[in-house]
Amino acid sequence: MEKKKPNNGGDQPQNRQWQPKIVAFLCHWCSYAGADLAGISRIQYPPNIRVIRVPCSSRVNPLHIIKALQHGADGVLVSGCHPGDCHYGSGNYLARRKFALLKRFLEFIGIEPGRVQFSWVSAAEGQKFASVIEEVVEDVRKLGPARRLVKNSVK
Amino acid sequence: MKQIQSRLRQTARQLLSEGKVDLLIGYRQGSLPLKTTPCFVSQEEEAVGLVWNSFCTNNLAVYLPGLFRPDPRSRKREEKKVGIVVKGCDCRSVVGHLKEDQVPREDLVIIGVPCQGMIDEKKIVAKLEGKEIIKAKEQDGQILVVDEKGQEIRLAKGNFLRDSCQVCQHPVPPLYDILIEGETARQALSDEYAEVKELEERSIDQRWEFFQREMSKCIRCYACRNACPLCYCPECFAEQSQPRWVGTTDDPSDIMAFHLGRIFHTAGRCVDCGACEAACPMGIELRKLTRKLIKDVEELFGYETGVSVEEPPPLATYKLDDDDEFIK
Repeated sequence: MEKKKPNNGGDQPQNRQWQPKIVAFLCHWCSYAGADLAGISRIQYPPNIRVIRVPCSSRVNPLHIIKALQHGADGVLVSGCHPGDCHYGSGNYLARRKFALLKRFLEFIGIEPGRVQFSWVSAAEGQKFASVIEEVVEDVRKLGPARRLVKNSVK
Repeated sequence: MKQIQSRLRQTARQLLSEGKVDLLIGYRQGSLPLKTTPCFVSQEEEAVGLVWNSFCTNNLAVYLPGLFRPDPRSRKREEKKVGIVVKGCDCRSVVGHLKEDQVPREDLVIIGVPCQGMIDEKKIVAKLEGKEIIKAKEQDGQILVVDEKGQEIRLAKGNFLRDSCQVCQHPVPPLYDILIEGETARQALSDEYAEVKELEERSIDQRWEFFQREMSKCIRCYACRNACPLCYCPECFAEQSQPRWVGTTDDPSDIMAFHLGRIFHTAGRCVDCGACEAACPMGIELRKLTRKLIKDVEELFGYETGVSVEEPPPLATYKLDDDDEFIK
């Protein structure tokens, strides 16, 4: 019996439909291990994310996020350890302040609320990782392809 | 005003003659009417050139980090005492420098001047509709302007204050070594952030339209950055090539990335001195963006910039119960 192919249209250009591309900055100690656990546990989640491993969620510079949006990401996810679990003690607390401001600021200038998202995922939460990715991909899919801030396409 | 000026000159002369400062940063008359220009005084005799009036708009704190920066080869910095004339907003920038360890407190003499609000020269020029301004002076709360036909025009000072002065909450410097006596005018305000709130209430597409429109004026001269007392990095992210944070093209996206980067760098540090907007040759409304961050920092972290040297910067500290509703 023929296996049903997922409809992400890879090989046939005429069938190719837009798929959201999400850049996910995952902290090495928690969320990256959470993603690993999701993989080991064979938990399915959408293949739309491109993972970038960072030492800590507070390593992520707002410019990383802006640059991702400039160069073709439809959404950005930053994920780190739960409060209290940071490997470096306070990195995620500092990140939380920085991103609280950034999120409000990006929405203020007109970037849709779902484009840039944040989550806490621990190394034991493979299931949560999969559901976070599902949610983010679904949110961005609803928003459609990124048009704002994209280089060479702002009209 | 005249009294403040003479007191200021006297204080400057005294500080220089007693050797308490080697260099004093203040204002002198500019070559055009309605303008003053920053000046660096190191001789006692030069102190008579100092002025104080409603055109002392520049934020002199912008020069401080450069004066105290160590020599890149010897890694030592020149031993010198610097005096600086500050208004309320300039002083809060200096507080920022002290907090961020850019300026040694022991080598700095802060001469505070109570401020009555500064004039926005662009507003007067707009009011005169193309007439040339030959002379301008200040008299009893009025600005006296003489145009090219010798006609005298009287303008009420209150109508031509800079936007940042209209919402100023700190006309008196919060930190000083010497405070020049004088009056201040504190603005009575119903809502400090009315402009930001108005923009917040618009739809997301309208906000994007606003941002896009403002950014499309930008010619990337970086005047906003150069005028900003907070932008003291020896190498700015806008010019770094490894990594290249922002493209150097005039693509709207690159222009936006530059401004987002610059403005976000001022988060929790900006004192709303208005230097960026005053320096902008294209009239970009930068303060609406920086003030959004000031408002959010106040709302989220209960922090007011530039009033205390001891209080840690809001983005370098945290509380266990900070807002985390936006995180999944």
